[in-house]
Amino acid sequence: MNLLLLIGLPLLTAVAVLLSRNKQQVKWIALFGSVAQLALAFVLFFIYKHERETGNAAQMLFEQNYPLFKSLNINFHLGVDGISIAMILLTAFVVVAGVLVSWNIEKMTKEFYFLLILLGMGAYGFFISLDLFILFFFLEISVIPKYLLIGIWGSGKKEYSANKLALMLMGGSALILVGILGLYFAAGRSFDIMELSKATVSLPYQQVLFPLLFVGFGVFTALFPLHTWVPDGHSSAPTAGSMFLAGISMKLGGYGCLRVATYLLPEGAKEYANIIIILSAIAILYGAFATMMQKDLKYINAYSSVSHVGFSLLGIGMLTQTAITGALMQMVSHGLMTALFFAVIGMIYDRTHTRMVDEMGGLMKKLPFISTIFFIVGLCSLGLPGLSGFVAEMTIFMGSWENADAFHRIATIAAAMSIVVTAVYILRAIGNTVMGPIKNESYLSLKDAAWNERLAAIILVVGILAIGIAPGWLNDLLRPAAEEIMNRIAGK
Amino acid sequence: MNEFFILMKQELAVTAIIFLLLFIKIGKGIQHSSLLSLVQFLLLINFGAGFFFNQSGWLFGDMYQTTPLIVFQKNILSLGVYLISLLCADWLKKTEHLPEFFMLMLSALLGMFLMISSGNLLIFYLALELATIPVAAMANFDLHKKRSSEGAMKMILSSAFSSGILLFGISLIYGITGTLSFALIPGQLDGSTLQLLAFVFLLSAFAFKLSIVPFHLWTADVYEGSPIAVTSFLSVISKGAIAFIFITILYKVFQPIGEVWYNMLVILAVITMVIGNLFAIRQQNIKRFLAFSSIAQVGFILVGMSSGSEVGITAVVYFVLIYVFSNLAAFGVAAVITEQSGKENIDDYKGLYKTNPFLCWILALALFSLAGIPPTAGFFGKLFLITAGATKASFIFITIAALNMIVSLYYYLRVIRAAFMDKNENPISAIKLSPSVKLGLIICGAGIVLVGLLSWMYDYIHSLSL
Repeated sequence: MNLLLLIGLPLLTAVAVLLSRNKQQVKWIALFGSVAQLALAFVLFFIYKHERETGNAAQMLFEQNYPLFKSLNINFHLGVDGISIAMILLTAFVVVAGVLVSWNIEKMTKEFYFLLILLGMGAYGFFISLDLFILFFFLEISVIPKYLLIGIWGSGKKEYSANKLALMLMGGSALILVGILGLYFAAGRSFDIMELSKATVSLPYQQVLFPLLFVGFGVFTALFPLHTWVPDGHSSAPTAGSMFLAGISMKLGGYGCLRVATYLLPEGAKEYANIIIILSAIAILYGAFATMMQKDLKYINAYSSVSHVGFSLLGIGMLTQTAITGALMQMVSHGLMTALFFAVIGMIYDRTHTRMVDEMGGLMKKLPFISTIFFIVGLCSLGLPGLSGFVAEMTIFMGSWENADAFHRIATIAAAMSIVVTAVYILRAIGNTVMGPIKNESYLSLKDAAWNERLAAIILVVGILAIGIAPGWLNDLLRPAAEEIMNRIAGK
Repeated sequence: MNEFFILMKQELAVTAIIFLLLFIKIGKGIQHSSLLSLVQFLLLINFGAGFFFNQSGWLFGDMYQTTPLIVFQKNILSLGVYLISLLCADWLKKTEHLPEFFMLMLSALLGMFLMISSGNLLIFYLALELATIPVAAMANFDLHKKRSSEGAMKMILSSAFSSGILLFGISLIYGITGTLSFALIPGQLDGSTLQLLAFVFLLSAFAFKLSIVPFHLWTADVYEGSPIAVTSFLSVISKGAIAFIFITILYKVFQPIGEVWYNMLVILAVITMVIGNLFAIRQQNIKRFLAFSSIAQVGFILVGMSSGSEVGITAVVYFVLIYVFSNLAAFGVAAVITEQSGKENIDDYKGLYKTNPFLCWILALALFSLAGIPPTAGFFGKLFLITAGATKASFIFITIAALNMIVSLYYYLRVIRAAFMDKNENPISAIKLSPSVKLGLIICGAGIVLVGLLSWMYDYIHSLSL
């Protein structure tokens, strides 16, 4: 399959959106384009599976390599393995849901959908690039859409949040830039991930470059203590913006931490693994406790995202195959879950015009569909078996436990404790909003979800259930790729 | 004789236009709008002519040199002048002395052409003067504004001062080596104290012209006082031309003392980026803002220059090409707004998107390009400058450069925020763009998007600079 389609299709959609005449057209083109992307992602998934089953054991499939800047040895090198496929599927799900959720946006509809589609394109491009230069290009391309989405369509202190997000992410990018340039010169002038994965980078270089790259990508994925853009950015963004930010953009960071930092600089990863574990354990606990204090639904989900994403980083820091597989599962699971969470919060906010937990109550009586979805996503977040959160976190804990020394055990136990805290804040939030008596008379006239909201929610719930009930397919997808990374770490 | 025409085709074309304007001025004169269209057309031909009959060769002994790279650099400058004539058309039509303005601008351009082509310090000095003095006269072109005269005065004094320093440096070099030829000087250099002194004098003169910190003090006032057409000429075309010849002189003439100037450039680059960025944060006037941001951009150019190999030349030429599009687009938008509403402050741009979406998108593209955010060309330009600077593997240096990109993003976002997000009771009213301004903005926008994505451009420049 030609991977260029994954970039071309969103690009085409974006251009079509720009050329369309009225709001109705814009929406339908965007929806059509995003559904086509989802279909494409599925086709890619099945072809990939077929290739693997027929015994194609190459590390990357569907590789394409075009020279871009010849004199600097920069190539437009594309290819996918299981990790990329999983991330592409996640992106496609979230994009469709995001487009559906924003159906009623009135302000500058055309620009909104254009930026949204562009953001999705950046993510697709990022996940299929095998050249650090274009990987960086696609990582950075999302800065403009993110900034404008929050700044124009956001709520609350949106300008502050948009600025903070853009500058912090730019700071992360600056570190990544130095890191990849270091790799480029240390490994004989190449940005190619496949070449770099075979090159040997001397230990002193690894010791300098690994933290640069890991922290740089870590900013994107809320590595403690550089997570502060997350609560502000997510809570100020419009609904679809939050979904994209938490569901897709944060995963770019996690993917980069693994594919670029850990995979290309294994010695550095070993050197700093303990620090990563400590930081992510802090993030998990701190995020959970901070969530307890929040009263705004969006802040609740934003802080709990810090905590949940901490699990992915913990899995990476554990450096075992199972833990890394779990970390990747957590990325996919959290992407779907948090997108759904933000979607539901958006739906509730559109109706009640408040996000404060205290002010709501008894929504189940008037909004049964939305409330049910809220229940499901809450239970997923606290790790109920049968939903995706449980599978991912369980895999991470099992992988972590493979490290038999006291330090890793203590970190694992500490992280596991956070689940109790998660249960407290999730159940409290759900209980106060959905259950109980209706506190506000005006809520009696609320209408339940419209078709577009139902569709968006169902798509994401299907994803969550597909992982939760039958995690085998995701495991089969991710494990061989994780094994490849482990081989590199083990020096095979 | 034939060779003379082919090698000097660009200089001759510009001279021809200058004489044509002179005859028009002496004769009856024609209407400004038709004169402007004529000049725009001629400038376009001049730009196009640069693509044909490219040869390398020497003229007048070792005085004048042409290579495909030099022709390409001149093309970039011609393109810039053409764009300025498009973008500032509204203002140009209104000036009383349109033919004189173009005569001065083209004389300066001619000076720059000769300067880039010079193979000898003497002709280099002459050409530099030719490229500077007309600009000072142009800076005074808002005849009724005191600030304009003040800017012109500051400019002429500071350039006279820097020329003095330059001449002193050149005379020292002549004293040491007994020659002024670019080709012969390197053989005589061994890094003695006197030579280093001479080099420092030369470097300071260049620093003046490029407004490298701490020689930047004239920049902001001159930029603010001058009409925008002149400001954009100063900050894009002049800077570009000086950067081209600076890199040639560094790499060719002072190649034996490469270690020395590498260290100097690193220090200058760091303080230029930092000071330029820090000062840009606080500016309210859009012209001053762009002035300080262009100082910071020069700091970035120095990062690329420090590489000392053909990668550096490529990166600098490529960046200047992108810089022409990006900065002229920003100045173009500012020029339109100033011309229509008389407003020059960033706060006046609040709510601009409601009334002028097209201008806003061009402005956003330009500023994101200056900040180095993809998919704009500025991303590639900055990245390649940093890559070139990294060839000597000084990580701290590169990290400082990368971190400066964050600061610059911060203040570019200020303008974008004002235009796109901030609310305003009475924003600048909808502006009807004249065709030539629209054309200019579209060319700039297309350049910003395409120069980066069409990657063969970089490889083409690289093949020229080998």
